[in-house]
Amino acid sequence: MMQNRRRLAACMGGVALAAFVSLAVGQGSTVDEIAKYRAALQDGNPAELWEARGEDLWKKPRGPKQVAFARCDLGLGAGVVKGAYARMPRYFADAGRVMDLEARLLYCMTTQQGISDADAHKNLFGNGSERKSDMEALVAYVTSESRGTKMDVSLDDPRVKEMYALGEKMFYFRGGPHDFACATCHGEDAKRIRLQDLPNLTSKEGAQKAYTTWPAYRVSQGELRTFQWRLYDCFRQQRFPELVYGSDASIALTTFLARNANGAAYDAPAIKR
Amino acid sequence: MADPMKVRASVVGDSTEVKVLMSHEMETGQRKDAQGKVIPAWFIQNVTATYNGKTVLSAQWGPAVAKNPFLAFKFKGGAKGEKVQITWTDNRGDKRTDEATIA
Amino acid sequence: MNRQRREVLKQGGGVTLLALVTAAGWLTPRDAVAQGWNTAAFETKSMDDTMKALGGGAPVPSKDIAFVSTPDIAENGAVVPVGVTSSLPKTESIAILVEKNPNMLAAVFDIPPGTDPALSTRIKMGQSSNVYALVKADGKYYVASKEIKVTLGGCGG
Repeated sequence: MMQNRRRLAACMGGVALAAFVSLAVGQGSTVDEIAKYRAALQDGNPAELWEARGEDLWKKPRGPKQVAFARCDLGLGAGVVKGAYARMPRYFADAGRVMDLEARLLYCMTTQQGISDADAHKNLFGNGSERKSDMEALVAYVTSESRGTKMDVSLDDPRVKEMYALGEKMFYFRGGPHDFACATCHGEDAKRIRLQDLPNLTSKEGAQKAYTTWPAYRVSQGELRTFQWRLYDCFRQQRFPELVYGSDASIALTTFLARNANGAAYDAPAIKR
Repeated sequence: MADPMKVRASVVGDSTEVKVLMSHEMETGQRKDAQGKVIPAWFIQNVTATYNGKTVLSAQWGPAVAKNPFLAFKFKGGAKGEKVQITWTDNRGDKRTDEATIA
Repeated sequence: MNRQRREVLKQGGGVTLLALVTAAGWLTPRDAVAQGWNTAAFETKSMDDTMKALGGGAPVPSKDIAFVSTPDIAENGAVVPVGVTSSLPKTESIAILVEKNPNMLAAVFDIPPGTDPALSTRIKMGQSSNVYALVKADGKYYVASKEIKVTLGGCGG
């Protein structure tokens, strides 16, 4: 009886090994071709259409108070956009919170432009040309002004440091019906879901490549998607409770991931599948 | 009314290279909404590119052209400062023209 | 000479693909004038039917038509980059067809003299399929094909 089981185990092992080997070989050329697909997409990124719309939105007076974003301080002074995203998230004294770009834009919309909280939260994720998201356009514009800037999220402020630590804890925290953590999918090299390879966010290289290429025009969405969206969608895929837009939880994770990308040149808005 | 395109034109040797990004849903008419109703087809049907009053490219498109279409082509001639116009019309009768200065 | 042809010839100037098809009787004048768009050609499901709608015979396979910057695998069929270059002399038009799409014809480009017979665009593919580059040169039709695998279909739903 034992002998048969052992033989069966050896046989299964052999089959599994063969499958793994052929997969690895096939995967090599498939990965190359997909790399070619991604490269071919770079020339002519529809994200530029969002950037142009965002620039217009940034410059014109908005809301009941008819104030433009020129008054919005992203950390480098009122209205200063160049290089701002590469230094976020950061602590903002006027809000008393560590904020990422999206939370900060919501803050400027509600406090400076007089837009209600409810209205500011409408249509954050666009759906077609008849339901466009102003937020996505604004994010596209502001982030485009950090293109080429080295990521430089500072932990000097103890509140940012605290957010980083919280984000790190969240990254490794297992929960939800699948008992997933971010690390489950993003904690090792060479992991993939079907044909989508998963970046290893615990390696310096993986962390840098991932964070510096969001926001991105997602071909499969036909929309430009932001980092808040990316985290929201990860939570959805993990079957976690819904991640609230601009929440401390989302900002903690963002702080962790952004800071881990420090040193790399920011290269977004990008284009992805 | 329709969203602006991004048109870029640049001198390459004795030619002008043109790259266009159009903002358009390019709805195939194959999709259904949450109620199960077909989302009607809505797509760019004609594209024309002109330079110095001359048509340098014209195209007929179907809904199988990707959403937010991209187009790149080259024509002989063109100098810095001159203009290239791109016009599209769609099956709803909507139209858009944008131009680029050749760099 | 039927009335349609007389009208077409009166217009003078460049004779477009569309005018030829109209003159051949494949389109009613209402379609042609209202849309300037070859309805029949965009509703075909086979190479034969497409060729009929375009007013040509069976295309000849040609090695002078190349797919450029066109990957073998598309991660998402919603956006598949396709570049076609023709080195056939007197190339007048380039069309892109997808065999397994609900309708084969994706786009037709008319190339006036002085314009490079080379262009790139992006198409949707519903599933892995052969993609055809159909070139009209000096009045005759030629074709090249390439198989593109799609990991996720792009026609919707």
